[in-house]
Amino acid sequence: MARVGIIGIGHGVFGRRSDATVQELAFEAFRAAMEDAGIEKDDLDASVIGSVPEYHKQRSLPGVVQEYLGLVPKPTWLTEVACASGSAAIRTAWMSIKAGIHDIVAVIGCQKMTELTTPEILALMGRVGEVQWESVFGTTFPAYYAMFARRHMHEFGTTHDQMLQVAIKNHFYGAKNSCALFQKEITMEKALESEEVATPFHVYDCCANADGAACVILAKEDRAKKISKKPVWLDGMGCATASMSVLRRPNLVGLPSAEEAARVAYEMAGVGPKDIKVAQVHDCFTIAEIMAYEDLGFCKKGEGGKLIEERQTYIEGKIPVNVDGGLKAKGHPIGATGVSLTYEITKQLRGEAGERQVKGADIGLTHNVGGIGQYCFVQVLRRS
Amino acid sequence: MFKWFGLVNFAPFTKVTDFAQHLKDGHLKGSRCKKCGATSFPPRADCEVCMSGDFEFFEMSGKGTVHTYTKIVAAPTGFEGVSPYIVGVVDLEEGGRALAWFGETIQEEEIEIGMEIQMVPQIFEELEDIKVYYSLEKPGTTWAVTDSAR
Ligand SMILES: [Zn+2]
Repeated sequence: MARVGIIGIGHGVFGRRSDATVQELAFEAFRAAMEDAGIEKDDLDASVIGSVPEYHKQRSLPGVVQEYLGLVPKPTWLTEVACASGSAAIRTAWMSIKAGIHDIVAVIGCQKMTELTTPEILALMGRVGEVQWESVFGTTFPAYYAMFARRHMHEFGTTHDQMLQVAIKNHFYGAKNSCALFQKEITMEKALESEEVATPFHVYDCCANADGAACVILAKEDRAKKISKKPVWLDGMGCATASMSVLRRPNLVGLPSAEEAARVAYEMAGVGPKDIKVAQVHDCFTIAEIMAYEDLGFCKKGEGGKLIEERQTYIEGKIPVNVDGGLKAKGHPIGATGVSLTYEITKQLRGEAGERQVKGADIGLTHNVGGIGQYCFVQVLRRS
Repeated sequence: MFKWFGLVNFAPFTKVTDFAQHLKDGHLKGSRCKKCGATSFPPRADCEVCMSGDFEFFEMSGKGTVHTYTKIVAAPTGFEGVSPYIVGVVDLEEGGRALAWFGETIQEEEIEIGMEIQMVPQIFEELEDIKVYYSLEKPGTTWAVTDSAR
């Protein structure tokens, strides 16, 4: 069956974007991706929008984005699986091309999160878990990952110090990324000084809400080869779920959805964890990156803390992870994040990542988690 | 009256609505599928094993062990008045898990993974509206039980 290639990529600046509406943010990323691909709007068959509706005043976002991008009357649709909405958008675009329905599809992940008032954010924060049996006790997004962290510490001796080393690494690379919300390095002292959120987490264990957009343009193999000098191929597309409620998970030291999505992606691409030269993982919290190392097979279960402590996930290490700053430093505009992960790996595989380039990167991976692991998407991407 | 369950309730209408009435009467109930016998806590009306919709409540001992926990400092809407609070996930003796607050019989410094707890039905006495929940207490903690009229 024909492969699907990435022929264009674009990325806006993530942050508190009080200068733009969500469709204007989408336009920035879309324009950059179209210029990168060197195609005209008429070449596109459809667009897919990855976004989480409850943050926007505008209901039914694809309509307003499609109009603003000037893509009417082409088809568009929205995908929503919480923080993995961007990867879900890429997946449905990939499916539509694989199915032979469309040839070239633009995928836009976009999100405006900072327009909500603090009470609105606090109200949303109280409904991230399963609402019937869990949210009634005032659980929050950080609290769930904090409970994963506590259990991981108990079972494997992982330390909070190791978790904060993830934050330090990601800020180190975020300082070299002009699209990042925080372009500043941090120290262990500063991280520990930050306020407690949900023990053992401090503010620096958590990623920040942000506004932003990213875009990738996908094309069927023959078209991709004609249009692009260096297409990057979506060769492994894994996708899986885990129970909504943490009360029904097999364990609380990893994400079963991530393990399963990785298994599917590796198998489809015919590669294993050792073949991956650079990875972008969903570090919504510091422990999330450590669990991702393990769920993706970059190390054995329980050894994720050691992997970061030995600096094996820096560019010079065994498996560079989040060398663009990750969600931690870039910020997390939830619908845009998945597309941002694919954007960065595409840059790396094209050899265009500048001072953050991983030398010889020919196979890369993205790992995008929705919610507290209810959804996970893993992509294996290839240069040739 | 499932709207009684929780300081803030987000799902007042459910097929396991009697759970809250039982809790108010001091009974902690799980669900059992009448067709295949599969049990669940939290209770569920529809069996995920055999797909039957025929279930009954059964009495749980409330005994369990702490699986993990966290102290929530930054609280969401509706919980500002009770923060900071410590939530734990516990493995229950009869199977299933629960998420709940640690109660007054356990001090923060005492909490550790693997410790035994007793899950106890509770009512917010200071509130005018009926609001019930369960808390994690020291083993041996007792509570008032009345007959479930309904
Ligand atoms: Zn059954």
